[in-house]
Amino acid sequence: MMNYTGLDRPKKPGYFLFWKTMFVAICLLGIGFIYAAADFVDYNWRWEQVPQYFWLDKDLEVRSEAEGDLTKIDKTAAGYTIIIQDGSHEEIVKLPPDANIFLMEGDYVYMGDTIAEYRVSKPGILLEATYVTLKVSMLAIVLGIIVGILTGLMRISENPCLRWLSVTYVELIRGSPLLVQIFLWYFVAGSLINAMLDKIGLDPIPALWYGVFALAIFTGAYVAEIVRAGVQSVHRGQSEAARALGLSGPQAMRKVILPQAFRRILPPLAGQFISLIKDSSLLGVIAVRELTKATREVISSSLMSYELWIACTIMYLVLTFALSVAVQYLERRAVR
Amino acid sequence: MISAKNVNKYFYIPEELHALKDVSLEVAAGEVLVVIGPSGSGKSTFLRCLNRLEYANSGSITIEGTEVLDPNCDINEIRAEVGMVFQSFNLFPHMSVLDNITMAQMTVRKRSKKDAEKKGMELLEKVGLAHKYNVYPDQLSGGQQQRIAIARALAMDPKVLLFDEPTSALDPEMVGEVLDVMKNLAKEGMTMVVVTHEMGFAREVADRVVFMDGGQLVEQGTPEHFFTKPEHDRTKLFLSQIL
Ligand SMILES: Nc1ncnc2c1ncn2[C@@H]1O[C@H](COP(=O)(O)OP(=O)(O)O)[C@@H](O)[C@H]1O
Ligand SMILES: [Mg+2]
Repeated sequence: MMNYTGLDRPKKPGYFLFWKTMFVAICLLGIGFIYAAADFVDYNWRWEQVPQYFWLDKDLEVRSEAEGDLTKIDKTAAGYTIIIQDGSHEEIVKLPPDANIFLMEGDYVYMGDTIAEYRVSKPGILLEATYVTLKVSMLAIVLGIIVGILTGLMRISENPCLRWLSVTYVELIRGSPLLVQIFLWYFVAGSLINAMLDKIGLDPIPALWYGVFALAIFTGAYVAEIVRAGVQSVHRGQSEAARALGLSGPQAMRKVILPQAFRRILPPLAGQFISLIKDSSLLGVIAVRELTKATREVISSSLMSYELWIACTIMYLVLTFALSVAVQYLERRAVR
Repeated sequence: MISAKNVNKYFYIPEELHALKDVSLEVAAGEVLVVIGPSGSGKSTFLRCLNRLEYANSGSITIEGTEVLDPNCDINEIRAEVGMVFQSFNLFPHMSVLDNITMAQMTVRKRSKKDAEKKGMELLEKVGLAHKYNVYPDQLSGGQQQRIAIARALAMDPKVLLFDEPTSALDPEMVGEVLDVMKNLAKEGMTMVVVTHEMGFAREVADRVVFMDGGQLVEQGTPEHFFTKPEHDRTKLFLSQIL
């Protein structure tokens, strides 16, 4: 018994094995080519240097910046406090609780002496930047969904003011480059808002938030179109049945139309949000240290551009892949 | 109960069409009115004008004394009193059978979930589908779906039920089960306006039959009158084609 579903002559089993092997071979060839080419130009791969940019884990020596008597070592739950008396000046050194202290009270300390040693173990710059990318994207996605649903519903409203506002918004956003919108948000809207906040004595809003706004407003326009199409794709009989039962327009929308539209708009929404994660790489231009900007920074100091751009790509792939898995899960669980 | 006077309805898209021409009709409480007529004669349009799914252009339609065509009337309140059963069922596919029946009770009638479910189960019992309360509409046959749709309409305790060709989308073997439910409702004294091609049902259940053609109400009378001595030529032609 063969379980054959195609319309052509059934293929022999060897056919599939051969072409699967072919696929793997092409992938390996691609990678091999990159390595061969790098080898040809004498590129020195240093993959072992990459992990430190994701997780910093090393011994740190603490050296004295003053000269004098070590008068006191205080141990509390928060760590050590060491006081070095230099004439009338007191130099205070704070250390974490797991620090290994080489000196005792009463010792005389010279400038540059090693006082202690401790281990630092913390996220590296690329991991922190990945977190920033994730945070910016998630905030923009949530805001974008809210903006998109509102404007998408405005688009199909009877009220001409709401409808035209929505059309204007969508056309403006879709007709101009995201990069330009980011500049507008930061250098025009942002500087205006921050100047006003300054005038009334409030703290300025950080660049990250202008980045989030730019991405959210940009995505919202596309979400609006997706929501509109989703709502309009629900069969007219559904809203008629709901209204015939006495539900008001908004009630019918909430209970009957939107739940059905939701399932249909999930796949295009997922695509939109994956784009958003990738577009967040533009925020480097307004000094938000997300993954791409951080990668450039690290490369300019370490010069390992091949390894780090590859690592950067992989991090984006991890984020986008996680999002599509999450959406697929939602889709399977979503209302029927 | 229902009173329609000189109702006119025009459609302008795709072209101007006078779909209802001065239709006047009264339906008394407890009456079963069957509307027959060829396809495109305006039967559905008339039915849909009664609960304002279509807004009639002129005339007067009152339900229990409330003018439906008054723009300021509370149309949702009126619709809650007028149940409607569609040719294509239009069950809510994202809700279980019981939720289909309880949703409007809770949203419109403001009943508690418990009361709504109690009522829902009673009605499911009545249409013979209590054991299906937890499944989704797409797991049911057409006949079962239509019986659920009837239960959904009944859950609002409507004063009148409108049926728009409730059996036309069904496989022949399922028509009977839906008609049986409708016959029982008629026996219980429910006021019903039924658009149908089921002449057997008309003959057996209808108190009065109305024949529509070309947007006009051509002839009305008892089933007996219709099936033995129709007056108008158009009626005769239609009946000869369908019987
Ligand atoms: N929404 C609509 N827009 C335009 N024309 C319509 C619409 N609904 C019905 N019609 C037209 O009105 C006429 C009556 O239709 P309908 O009431 O559905 O007839 P019936 O139910 O008797 O078959 C038909 O010619 C139909 O094409
Ligand atoms: Mg019809």
